[in-house]
Amino acid sequence: MNEVLAFYPMLIDGTIVTIQLTIIGAIVALVISFIVGLSRISPYKSIRVAAIIYLEFFRGSSALVQMFFIYFVLPMWGIYFDAITAGVIACGCNVGAYGSEAVRGAVLAVDKDQHEASKALNYSNYEKYRYVIIPQAIPIMIPTFGNLLIELMKLTAVCSLITITDLTFVAQIIRVQTALTLEPFLVILVVYFIIASILVKIVDLIAKKFSKGRNVMTAGDK
Amino acid sequence: MEWSWDHAYAVLPQLLKGLVITIEATIVASLIAYILGLAIAILKMSKSKTTRVSLYWMTEFIRRTPILVQLYVVFYVLPDFGIFLEAFTCGVIVLGVHFSTYTSEVFRAGIDNVSKGQWEAAKSLNYNPYQAWKYVILPQAIPPMIPPLANYLITMFKETPLLAFITVVELFRAADQYSNSYYTYLEPMTLVGLFFLLVSIPSAMIAMKLEKKFKPIKVAR
Repeated sequence: MNEVLAFYPMLIDGTIVTIQLTIIGAIVALVISFIVGLSRISPYKSIRVAAIIYLEFFRGSSALVQMFFIYFVLPMWGIYFDAITAGVIACGCNVGAYGSEAVRGAVLAVDKDQHEASKALNYSNYEKYRYVIIPQAIPIMIPTFGNLLIELMKLTAVCSLITITDLTFVAQIIRVQTALTLEPFLVILVVYFIIASILVKIVDLIAKKFSKGRNVMTAGDK
Repeated sequence: MEWSWDHAYAVLPQLLKGLVITIEATIVASLIAYILGLAIAILKMSKSKTTRVSLYWMTEFIRRTPILVQLYVVFYVLPDFGIFLEAFTCGVIVLGVHFSTYTSEVFRAGIDNVSKGQWEAAKSLNYNPYQAWKYVILPQAIPPMIPPLANYLITMFKETPLLAFITVVELFRAADQYSNSYYTYLEPMTLVGLFFLLVSIPSAMIAMKLEKKFKPIKVAR
């Protein structure tokens, strides 16, 4: 075990890379979730169809295949990404597809009366979504987003396969250099677990903050 | 780079062989996930608090750590303890155990979903526990579980490419091997992506039909 812990500078670097991938991937996924999720309820058919194609494409194939496609196949068409960018794009686009369903579901879960109330207030379509519908939809989305955040964090381990030196990659280096197997993997499993548990706590706090003073409908009530 | 049909045709037989392995892995892993998931769900209803708490943290540990690392652990570490398993066996066990923590939530929610009155009704009919489960509880609990369980089957299918990295020659590795010998990623990777879409989109449609038919339970993941 001490031999493995002697590699602590590398382990810390790997942890930082994993956290970076998670955070940037989460931002990409969040933006995509809202764009695609709201496009699904657009009045224009072409936008809805485009969103469905995006959704089925990224949800239908494996994240690993998407990542290899972006990193190894796109360069053959002259589109180059460095490993980190490719990893973040693949993670973000994949999880974003799942997130878009959460956004759509939450927006549709907002009561019909709210739409009528906005109409009575003479709100434009933009004002209706900005001030009435989305603020009520966000607390409904948060639990699903929390689960997706953990899935995203787990997905970043796959980025090690396209040469990103994240935790998993570091563990492989330590395994090769020390010929130890159990210890390096045990250490990173614990680190992953700690990161995930912190994320769970943060999401719980956010959920509490957003549901303050609101009668939040959970998925079970619907 | 131009798309070459020669490469596409040449890689096809290997990919089909890989697809068979992928589907086999999905089926075996899902069986493990369903059986173990049901066992976990039942054990989590245990009266002993130690069992419940220790099971909770065990399943949370499995859920909060990446499958890829779990695969490495089982594949590289078990031989040190004198346990030699084939790569395929390691892979399906890890996939199955990982997703059993998810399916257990489905089973638990499904069983909780049957109202308490049904148990009391079974009791008032003088059913013994076996009859109560068989004639009253399970027939009501199982149909709403089917759509989420089907969705996890599709999820597991999409996770199988990870087995490639513990040397299982499934769909993804078959393509990767071809790519490495002929220096072309374009055709094999594109075909792999297409294969995944071709299997999972129709399966997702079937799952959606099931959802309409059975009114699924909502599962907190």
